[in-house]
Amino acid sequence: MHIVVCIKQVPDSAQIRVHPVTNTIMRQGVPTIINPYDLFALEEALRLRDTFGGVVTVLTMGPPTAAESLRKALTFGADRGVLLTDRYFAGSDTLATSFALSMALKKVAAEFGQPEIVFTGKQTIDGDTAQVGPGIAKRLNYNQLTYVSKIVDADFAGGVIRVERRAEGGTQVLQSRLPVLITMLEATNEMRRGSVENALIAARAQAITWNAADVGIEDLTKCGLRGSPTIVKKVFAPTARTEKAVLVEADGSTDGMADALIDAIFERAPAVEEDLFEQAARQY
Amino acid sequence: MAEEKKPAPAAGGRANTKKELPEHFKAYKHVWVAVEIEHGQVHTVSYELLGEGRKLADKRGVELAAVVMGNDRASLEEAAVACFEYGADCVYLVCDPALAHYRNETATKVLTDLVNTYQPEILLLGATNLGRDLAGSVATTLLTGLTADCTELEIDDEGSLAATRPTFGGSLLCTIFTLNFRPQMATVRPRVLAMPERVPGRTGRIVEFDPKLVEDDVVTKVLDFIADRDSDKANLPYADVVVAGGLGLGSVENFQLVKELAEVLGAEYGGSRPLVQKGWITSDRQIGQTGKTIRPKLYIAAGISGAIQHRVGVEGADLIVAINTDPNAPIFEFAHLGIVADAVTLLPALTEAFAKRLRINRLAS
Ligand SMILES: Cc1cc2nc3c(=O)[nH]c(=O)nc-3n(C[C@H](O)[C@H](O)[C@H](O)COP(=O)(O)OP(=O)(O)OC[C@H]3O[C@@H](n4cnc5c(N)ncnc54)[C@H](O)[C@@H]3O)c2cc1C
Ligand SMILES: Nc1ncnc2c1ncn2[C@@H]1O[C@H](COP(=O)(O)O)[C@@H](O)[C@H]1O
Repeated sequence: MHIVVCIKQVPDSAQIRVHPVTNTIMRQGVPTIINPYDLFALEEALRLRDTFGGVVTVLTMGPPTAAESLRKALTFGADRGVLLTDRYFAGSDTLATSFALSMALKKVAAEFGQPEIVFTGKQTIDGDTAQVGPGIAKRLNYNQLTYVSKIVDADFAGGVIRVERRAEGGTQVLQSRLPVLITMLEATNEMRRGSVENALIAARAQAITWNAADVGIEDLTKCGLRGSPTIVKKVFAPTARTEKAVLVEADGSTDGMADALIDAIFERAPAVEEDLFEQAARQY
Repeated sequence: MAEEKKPAPAAGGRANTKKELPEHFKAYKHVWVAVEIEHGQVHTVSYELLGEGRKLADKRGVELAAVVMGNDRASLEEAAVACFEYGADCVYLVCDPALAHYRNETATKVLTDLVNTYQPEILLLGATNLGRDLAGSVATTLLTGLTADCTELEIDDEGSLAATRPTFGGSLLCTIFTLNFRPQMATVRPRVLAMPERVPGRTGRIVEFDPKLVEDDVVTKVLDFIADRDSDKANLPYADVVVAGGLGLGSVENFQLVKELAEVLGAEYGGSRPLVQKGWITSDRQIGQTGKTIRPKLYIAAGISGAIQHRVGVEGADLIVAINTDPNAPIFEFAHLGIVADAVTLLPALTEAFAKRLRINRLAS
């Protein structure tokens, strides 16, 4: 059995700051992490491997420094890391990203065996589009199972998988045929700790590194900026509201403040006052 | 499929790319909304999109169409009536037993076939689990651009769709175009757009479309659907009054004060993201960019600093009231009313005072 997990190295956005004058992102010194949503996919893959045996490959596309995220994944227990890196990929939107990743996945299949499951995270915290997974599925012609909260059972010999999927207003129980692409919902499992043994292996491991030509991409116009139908024309800071909050003043007592605040609320939103009284009249 | 995977320079690069629409795309006309129906219910986000789509269509001088698909003709026809009353000129109605439940495979096929047949210039979907699942597959099949989770849609001077969305965790906004491909696709989250006025009696034309689906060819089967229990379902996006707390409350015990006020007001309660991480509230109660977008008539935020990621989720509220000990907290920059006070003592006083007024009013009437 072979499972591939697509992970992305992202800036730890909790630490991103925007330059107040130039409105550009200050990336210097911002640490990078594995996209947190991808860890739920990786953990699920490792659990399946621990139950059924087989191999987990992690795949990332990014700059050469993204190899760091592969090393981290090996520490958690992944078996093999593949880095797809090329300057032609710079500026890829999700369509170009899913194209490049799907080409790499074809090469992974050819070299290391056809994966029964390809996992991605629900979304990234820097891109936040949730489109790369479905994009890969379409290009590889895999059945797509998004927002999976639970893998109910998997019959790798029979090629059947059953999952629970988060839908609007409920949970769908779905049955599909392998191979599938699964995007894992967050908080559905908890990432294991890396072991010392794996950390030692990871420290010595050399990620398999491929460029565009290696994965058989001949038409470079499908990559990077040129392969991206979407065009970012403008990046700007949200405009500040011109008026600031009107501060409610009241004498020092807490009850006085509460009353003053309610007066101010009702004065500005008479409709809310009406609704509340109507609702109260019905309730008691 | 949008968002600069690399931090694209704000100007230069492709920023100056000219529109050169290939000849075969010039026939693409009209604005479409893919309506979300599950279990016979139209998701309100679809009506919100019709409201916005109406404006875009009028600016372009084209029609607004809605796509409804499912297996129950009566509920589809009912949905079509609602779509007309919310602004659609035309409804593509797709009725087939294989469309009983939402499935990516069938829905992708129907929508891409429809697009290829009737060629819309703009295609909008809700940024729900269903809409996100479908939009990515459709855009990849059609090899066109898709901008996710937009907060604003506009038509620029050249007639192109300008889709604005938060980027870099919400600290910045970016405006994204799909200049050389059609349709221009975008998703918008529930409650980001205002609900349009319903015009009873407004009608339009229905175009039936035969999807030519064969159930035996569909690989994925729906074995069961377990509906959420109503009791533990938070409906923050559609609540009229929302009370929320943040880290400023100091402890999960103090968060109880938020719930008590919400209870008296018949409101939903929620919180900032750190509270989810601390386990004080469940993730379906997180408000903000990576949580729920709300649009209540009244929003009370206690002990919330007002980070940009929180702000983008609440800006649609009619009245934002902030309680914070720090007069310089960013939330006072966008709240309408504020009070510099300790929420831990003010919240119970507010709850008490509200309860008293509601009681007195009831006795008086
Ligand atoms: C990618 C990304 C996505 C994010 N998405 C979201 C999101 O969807 N929603 C969200 O909310 N956040 C989100 N965040 C987090 C966001 O950046 C802030 O960190 C978070 O909103 C801060 O929460 P807070 O206001 O509760 O806490 P703090 O920022 O710690 O603010 C606490 C506030 O309470 C005040 N205070 C202290 N004591 C009292 C008291 N006794 N009474 C009254 N006030 C008091 C303080 O003055 C302060 O203003 C996201 C961050 C990232 C990086
Ligand atoms: N550069 C990348 N390399 C590997 N996987 C990626 C990359 N970009 C996105 N993904 C995968 O696709 C998922 C969705 O990403 P996004 O569409 O950006 O929200 C992520 O959670 C990853 O699993």
